[in-house]
Amino acid sequence: MTVYFLCAVLLMMGLYCLVAKKNIVKKVIGIVIMDYAVNLYLIIIGYKHGGLAPIVEPGMNAQTLGRFVDPLPQALVLTSIVIGLGVLSLMVAMCIRMYEKHGTFDMSQISKLRG
Amino acid sequence: MENITPQLYTLLVFMVVGSIVAIETRNLLSAVISVSAVGFALSIAFLFLGAPDIAITQLVVEVLVLIILIRGTILIDNTAIETHRDTLAVVTSLILFGLLLGFGAMIFGSSGFPEFGEPLMRVSRVYVQTGMPSTYAANLVTAIILDFRAYDTLGEVAVLFTSILGALALLRKDGKVAREEVVSA
Repeated sequence: MTVYFLCAVLLMMGLYCLVAKKNIVKKVIGIVIMDYAVNLYLIIIGYKHGGLAPIVEPGMNAQTLGRFVDPLPQALVLTSIVIGLGVLSLMVAMCIRMYEKHGTFDMSQISKLRG
Repeated sequence: MENITPQLYTLLVFMVVGSIVAIETRNLLSAVISVSAVGFALSIAFLFLGAPDIAITQLVVEVLVLIILIRGTILIDNTAIETHRDTLAVVTSLILFGLLLGFGAMIFGSSGFPEFGEPLMRVSRVYVQTGMPSTYAANLVTAIILDFRAYDTLGEVAVLFTSILGALALLRKDGKVAREEVVSA
């Protein structure tokens, strides 16, 4: 259970960085940390004690197949990691445009934001 | 395979400490390098947890994250923001997130959540047993993302394409200039 708790601590730290920091790059870093925490959490849910990587080799019987870790979260996290990279590039592009328009990364200086 | 819990705890504590450094340091370059160290530790943790495909992908993505963050933001402006901190916001968010963490621990600790090392595997039992005979893929993760759940991969490609398209549309220079010329003419 402590492993899940440490993952949740990592998630909360990313959320704190996203909410309380003023620099936009720091906010992006907070989102990246939250991304890591969620991916690690999903992989840890699928771990089995003494588990093997889910790759079938010649000569494996049903009992060896039963020792595999859960392959389903791994497949979904593989998708999630790549999507995280795409979202990060979009966020960095937004940061660059904001810097070109306002000349600073400081959120408290950018006062011309209109919803 | 032996018990991996000590290695996992070591890596998790390293990740938490690296995140604290990344959040609290003033220099943006140090913050980016710290978050990258956290990502590489995450890759090693994936290797210990029996997920070599995820570890390789995380390694490649981590290098790209480092390049994008340094090239896209740090090279433009690396000045630390020296304004005074909003103490009320910091204290309030810390208290609120601490409460969220506590309530989450209470809820997850009391319900029938699976313990570490004993996954449910209701769906993936079928994948593990029928993956090799039905898809002829030795790697079951590949069998799932390209065969059992190929629509998920199609959605992933759509999301990735849209985000890259958005980044390109935000960063282009030509369209804006041409529009202004049309307006002035």
